Amino acid sequence: MDKLLISPAPHLHSKDSTRRIMRDVIIALMPSVLVSVYFAGLSALLVLVVSVAGCVLLEHLIARYLMKKKTTVSDLSAVVTGILLALNLPVSSPWWMVLIGCVVAIGIAKMTFGGLGHNLFNPALVARVFLLISFPVQMTNWTVSNSVFRPDTWELPKGLLGAQGQLLDASSGATPLGIIKEGLANGMTIETLSQQHDFSYWHMLFGHIDGSMGEASVLAILAGLFYLLIRRVIRPVIPLSIVITVALFSGILWLTDPSQYADPLFHLLTGGLLLGAVFMATDYTTSPMSPLGMIIFGVGIGLVTMVIRIWGAYPEGVSFAILFMNALVPLLNKIKPFPYQKEVSRG
Amino acid sequence: MSKTFSIGGIHPKDSKFSRDKSIEEFPIPKRVVISMNQHLGMPAVPVVKKGDTVKTGQLIAEPAGFVSAPVHASVSGIVADVAPYPDFLGKKVLSVVIDTDGDEWMETIDRSPEIKHEITATPKEIFKIISDSGIVGLGGAAFPTHVKLTPLEGMKPEYLILNGAECEPYLTSDYRLMMEHAQEILIGGEMMRRVLGDVGGIIGIEENKPKAIELMKRLTANYLQWEVVPLKKRYPQGGEKQLIDAVLGRKVPSFSLPISTGAVVQNVGTAYAVYEAVQKHKPLITNVLTVSSSDPSIQRNFRFRIGTPIREFLSAAGAMDKEGHLFQAFVKVVNGGPMMGKPVSNLDGPAMKSTSGFVLFTEKETKRQEEGECIRCSKCFQACPMRLQPYLLYQLAMAGRTEELDENRVFDCIECGCCLYSCPAHIPLLDQIRLAKNISLKNKRKK
Amino acid sequence: MTSTLLYTILSLSLLGGLLAVVLYLIAQKFKVQEDPRIDQVLEVLPGANCGGCGYAGCRAFAENFVKNPDNPDFFCPVGGNDAMKRAAAVLGRDVQEQVPKLAVLRCHGSCDVRPVFNTYDGSPSCAVASDLYGGETGCSYGCLGLGDCVDACTFDAIHINPQTCLPEVVEDKCTSCGACVKACPRNILELRPKGPKSRRIYVACANKDKGAVTRKVCSVGCIGCQLCVKACPFEAITFADNLAYIDPAKCRLCRKCVAVCPTGCILEINFPPKKQVTNNE
Repeated sequence: MDKLLISPAPHLHSKDSTRRIMRDVIIALMPSVLVSVYFAGLSALLVLVVSVAGCVLLEHLIARYLMKKKTTVSDLSAVVTGILLALNLPVSSPWWMVLIGCVVAIGIAKMTFGGLGHNLFNPALVARVFLLISFPVQMTNWTVSNSVFRPDTWELPKGLLGAQGQLLDASSGATPLGIIKEGLANGMTIETLSQQHDFSYWHMLFGHIDGSMGEASVLAILAGLFYLLIRRVIRPVIPLSIVITVALFSGILWLTDPSQYADPLFHLLTGGLLLGAVFMATDYTTSPMSPLGMIIFGVGIGLVTMVIRIWGAYPEGVSFAILFMNALVPLLNKIKPFPYQKEVSRG
Repeated sequence: MSKTFSIGGIHPKDSKFSRDKSIEEFPIPKRVVISMNQHLGMPAVPVVKKGDTVKTGQLIAEPAGFVSAPVHASVSGIVADVAPYPDFLGKKVLSVVIDTDGDEWMETIDRSPEIKHEITATPKEIFKIISDSGIVGLGGAAFPTHVKLTPLEGMKPEYLILNGAECEPYLTSDYRLMMEHAQEILIGGEMMRRVLGDVGGIIGIEENKPKAIELMKRLTANYLQWEVVPLKKRYPQGGEKQLIDAVLGRKVPSFSLPISTGAVVQNVGTAYAVYEAVQKHKPLITNVLTVSSSDPSIQRNFRFRIGTPIREFLSAAGAMDKEGHLFQAFVKVVNGGPMMGKPVSNLDGPAMKSTSGFVLFTEKETKRQEEGECIRCSKCFQACPMRLQPYLLYQLAMAGRTEELDENRVFDCIECGCCLYSCPAHIPLLDQIRLAKNISLKNKRKK
Repeated sequence: MTSTLLYTILSLSLLGGLLAVVLYLIAQKFKVQEDPRIDQVLEVLPGANCGGCGYAGCRAFAENFVKNPDNPDFFCPVGGNDAMKRAAAVLGRDVQEQVPKLAVLRCHGSCDVRPVFNTYDGSPSCAVASDLYGGETGCSYGCLGLGDCVDACTFDAIHINPQTCLPEVVEDKCTSCGACVKACPRNILELRPKGPKSRRIYVACANKDKGAVTRKVCSVGCIGCQLCVKACPFEAITFADNLAYIDPAKCRLCRKCVAVCPTGCILEINFPPKKQVTNNE
């Protein structure tokens, strides 16, 4: 007797799976990872390894022993959270701080809500903000990007030589946005600030500015975006809405008073905006499901980011903006899609 | 320029491996089991009893009402039984079982192979012949054709659309019909067009069948009222609502029949059956089906007698070993296409009027993977051609919230399977939505 | 420094006190006048909100019960006669004692007696499988073993036994709320009286096919021989559609039907083992 398999239709399935999607995100993150290791050396690698290992181990332990179900690490989402968390931290982050970040990201932001698919806020961002508020000194201790592997053609930024003239591994400095904020508060204009400091767009593109590990190289992020788009992992709606909103907002301000407001390109290339727009805001679980919802989501992030950057206390606002809009996502998901019936037309 | 529908859809591999296998006459089986439930609507009522002798094409069951169709003997022989027999899913259905004896046809049927071009019958006569010949929608739904060709009050038909999309992977029976009997299909379509009152005629064919498009274009060059529209290769392009959307740009509202947009859709196989019925006086007793799989040696297209057991098709196609068991590699046999077809549990079940094919699958190709958590990726929403929110409908169905299911238009679901196909977490979306939809429709009918 | 502290404490306390008074006044003004007995009845109810009584939760039951306490249809299966007596006492009344019931599965075609002919690969839900086809076995009336009843139970009183592939009801936990009965797409779970000393007899089969057909697909199914109908001295067994059914109201637990049943499809629960050796072993 033939024992046939019986199930309701459909009998075929696409090759897509959660693990595949996560794997594609990891691949898209590789350029940023490689750039940060190239410029910042072993400290970057340490932060990455601790973050990924910490997140995976924590999720495994919580799933198995606290939630008493099968381990969920095989879907690779903990690895993605680990990498994203690392890319949101400064290179000089101590290992214990990274681990605390893992506990907050996985333990609090993800597993307490019920695990994958149930969290309200982006886990990596929750951890980053938690660490920013709890350890403000360590979290704003940006190192000037420097590494033994740097090409010789590029200029050495100031203060990289130690007392005995040896090449230092790293030295602290402020991010471009931080410099601007402080400078403007002290009454300087954008022009004078850009003369004093290195605000070269080339350096922003290639990863030579200070900041968290992931926000340094815009090109690496764009490469990741390109990969995600061709693999159809994300749709361009959210990144586009964020970028356009930021460009418009900062553009209008810049046109009214260029001495007080930085130009749109500057705002787009700094502060982890692109990292946030491409990798953090597009996280499936914490972003809306309908195109209209996504547009509102993106515009909201752009607006809140700019408001914080210009008038808020922090120089950088993307993380807060995304978390703020995450809270509104359940409301945005209540927006019904354009009804099929309304489109009835007779030719 | 190929047209297509505007919402959702997926792109499975079309796997049309059997496209070049010409239609073979399948040998007459020793016994046929002809179910009374060959169509949507009321089952037919048998007019023969055990022991009667019947000829091929003889009436063996009458329609039970308007939304019903007569059934005719597909072989000649002796009626062995009129009783409930299990269908391909093991469900007992009242059937007329005939033990074959020779192949004596009714004298009224014209068996000559020449194509009869001239249409001498009037639209009224054509309608009656369609109704009396037991013709039902051969695209799979098996809706009695004469009912579809009867316009409802206040609805004026503007177009007859012949569905040559065949969007289901693996199936090529419609394609082979178009390649080998294009003229007859066109004549049958022309007859139905006249029944509807000289409306426009359109033939929609997916662009993965370029030869058929070219052939049809050549043949319709002489018919002013007919137009061939190439369609993009996409699933579910062959769905009635999606076809009308692609060809005419009109969308069928909820709870409305497609005729409300002015379009009547018929499968090319149905048009062929209409030709045979009107020009050759042959009732619906044969059809063409595909037997396919990913194995290049198991690809056939058969013209079969209705009521032939499924087992015989699989055996003839070379899918069975010497002992008559299906090769171990194949774990599933699907009656129809892989997206909407039903699984076969009883290989002795018979083929029906609207059976379009049997597809064999290996474990790797079809076994469902373990269900995971919904990651809220909205791929199901992007894939749904009716713009439903499957992730939401699934949650509501699991929680039994019938009112909210209705608010979210669960009754608009066409059960195409795009949602389940696309879900990365392998959640059995359509399984639960289908149940909820049936409950919703049942409740609506009660009111 | 201390003055700031003092002013802060004072102002906040005052504000808190003022708001408390305002809230109290508003609560009194907009208070919904309710029969205080509703809350008293609610106290004695188990508070499971299972819907087994037929009302939307314990509060709804309490409200309706207070309105017409003489209606004999009111019964909380979870709280049982105990809760009903105390609820009626709140209203100064008495209630009729009802027979305690529990869920019973009218099928005992376990995997060893009901051969499997195909493998089900769809969503693990009885409703889905039953909508699609007859099931993995040849019996299209019997239990599918996918556990819709287990999912429906809020009292942890029913579980699938992996050895028999059938659900088993835990006697002590079952409250006869009826959730599993509603969940079963084949309608083979039934609420039957627990019986004196928890003893009960029932036909554990729902197969309506003719005997010969039933026998082929399950060796312990009812074949419609009607020996039980003839054997019952109390006319408690009815026969329809090739299937026997024992009316629990008439059954006196004499076990004569069990003795004559050739397939052993009539089950006797919680009886001491018989002294004689019977035929159906």
